[in-house]
Amino acid sequence: MLDSGPIEQAKSNVDRSADPVIELRAVEKHYMMGDFLVKALKGIDLKILPGDYISILGPSGCGKSTMLNILGCLDQPTVGEYLLDGLDVAQLTDDDLSAVRGNKLGFIFQSYNLIQQLSVVENIEVPLYYQGVHEDESREIAIELANKVGLGKRLDHKPTELSGGQQQRVAIARALSNDPSVILADEATGNLDSKSGGDILQIFDDLNAEGKTLIMITHDEGMAKRTPRVIRLKDGEIGYDTYIHG
Amino acid sequence: MSAPFVRELTFFRLKRSVILGIKSLWMHKLRSFLTALGIVFGVASVISMLAIGEGASYEAQQQIKELGSQNIILESVKPTNTTTAGEQERSLILEYGLTYRDITQIQATVPGVSVTVPGRRIKDFLWGGANSVDGVALGTVSWFPSMKNRDLVRGRFFKEMEMKDRSPVCVLTESLARQLYPLKDPVGQTVRMQTSYFRVVGVIEDDPAVAASSEDMKGSSESGEGMEMMIPISTLEDHFGEVLFKYRSGSFEAEKVELHEVTARIEDPDQVMPAALAIQHILERNHSEVDYKMTVPLDLLRRAERTKQIFNIVLGSIAAISLLVGGIGIMNIMLATVTERTREIGIRRALGAKKKDIVFQFLIETVILSGAGGILGVALGLGVPIMVTYFAGMVTIIQFWAPTIAFGISVTIGVLFGIYPAFRAADMNPVEALRHE
Repeated sequence: MLDSGPIEQAKSNVDRSADPVIELRAVEKHYMMGDFLVKALKGIDLKILPGDYISILGPSGCGKSTMLNILGCLDQPTVGEYLLDGLDVAQLTDDDLSAVRGNKLGFIFQSYNLIQQLSVVENIEVPLYYQGVHEDESREIAIELANKVGLGKRLDHKPTELSGGQQQRVAIARALSNDPSVILADEATGNLDSKSGGDILQIFDDLNAEGKTLIMITHDEGMAKRTPRVIRLKDGEIGYDTYIHG
Repeated sequence: MSAPFVRELTFFRLKRSVILGIKSLWMHKLRSFLTALGIVFGVASVISMLAIGEGASYEAQQQIKELGSQNIILESVKPTNTTTAGEQERSLILEYGLTYRDITQIQATVPGVSVTVPGRRIKDFLWGGANSVDGVALGTVSWFPSMKNRDLVRGRFFKEMEMKDRSPVCVLTESLARQLYPLKDPVGQTVRMQTSYFRVVGVIEDDPAVAASSEDMKGSSESGEGMEMMIPISTLEDHFGEVLFKYRSGSFEAEKVELHEVTARIEDPDQVMPAALAIQHILERNHSEVDYKMTVPLDLLRRAERTKQIFNIVLGSIAAISLLVGGIGIMNIMLATVTERTREIGIRRALGAKKKDIVFQFLIETVILSGAGGILGVALGLGVPIMVTYFAGMVTIIQFWAPTIAFGISVTIGVLFGIYPAFRAADMNPVEALRHE
């Protein structure tokens, strides 16, 4: 088990001169709501560097979800460019987008989103399955990750047999299984009590310390004190983007 | 973007998909079972209906074949005409039926007629030992067994010599022999009809048509059906004359029938139908009223085959409809499942599943469902005909292709009816699917 130590602002260990892992150039996203054109994102320019640990904050309706969907390659921008590891995602087909999601991204959701009929270890294996990783190898990776998040003794449990905090740890292990370039967490602690939530955040801190790039989308102001870089969205635009330390 | 992006449908992926499909179906055991039940009954009905239909037509064809497919059977029938009743009052003797003249003409004019078996019947009590039975003396020829495809059970049939000599010998049918001499060997015993005695030289098996019908109504064999004593036709003429008198429960009847039954055998099977037509013409010319009946087993056989085809089409359509209903049931449940598992689909899409992965996953599930239903259906479909044979005594024939085809159709239905739900699942927008409650 990981300790949930006192909350302490993590130090940014980002190499500012490195090539960005994510680069958004004048990204806009438009929706039609009935007869009205709604601009959810209005010209976002953003660079995320390898090893970044970012909170994206903002009130509801500010475009957070749209931002997450575009960063997560679940949706494509209406205008602008999105480069993920130098690859222009806006130009990709549906199949290639799936491949990018499975290969370069890890998702952690507010409601865990585990697959109910699968056990802990099988849930962790899902991204590997779609990557075509062989059975034995993927089982090995999954067990190792389950141990890492402290669920080594619950490999064969079903999600319904686990607490919320444990389920979220399975989700973290699943997000790590394909060794992604970026991990996206959407209100990851929103459904948890403060103790389990603290455990989860501690895992994130540790992952960042290992060099993982994490993007947390949240409306919880407490998060802003935890991550070295904070981005605030306001009405579909970036209102504030800074490294608190360093 | 090279190595990990290239994925192929390997055996391992198929195996994992099948295991996943079984797990998903196992989550809702009762629902999956009920869904598969539609296919189970569809497949079972295809197999058992075909088996029962095939068995019934086989039985019918077998009975017809026993009559001999190259034979044309002519029988004398008492005309049911009112004018005949008037004539009968005047002459007191009812004269009808096939004549020796008919036979000579048939033999002379119809090509390919090889033999004719003339036969005359006298109905009266037969006495043997201490028993008596209401039976028939049948005057016939020595080649009767080979033409009628009937085997001898004991002894021998009478010979051509005995026909010429007008010997008082007889051959009994099995059921007659059982009635007259239940405990001893009838061969060498004597049987009496009216005032004439005949020596038994052999026992012949029962007429299969009669045997089949008397089996249906057990115990009715005492009514005289199948109780036949065969004697040379010349002997019959000597002993009973041309006119048959019968005294029965106070009434008096006199009949004059030259021949009761004649079988014509046509050498070339292709010529049976034309020959039947020629014989029909001869008989129509010779007889002013229809006092004869012509049976062509080959014609019956062809009709039976046609009936069987129609029967099979009807059964096939019923079975196909039940399979279709089963397929619609599967589609219905799969659509519900897809809606229910929208979120799972969203998760899988977010974790890297392509559209075709989702299609494949749901398609595999329907195929497992219908395949399992198919296997159960084959088991049930093989069991039902056995039960029918056991309890109802009907012949059932399971052709090897019936279970194979039925199973194949069930899997095909699974694929066909699974395609739409699977594509509906795959076409979901991942963002909306993830948001689905």
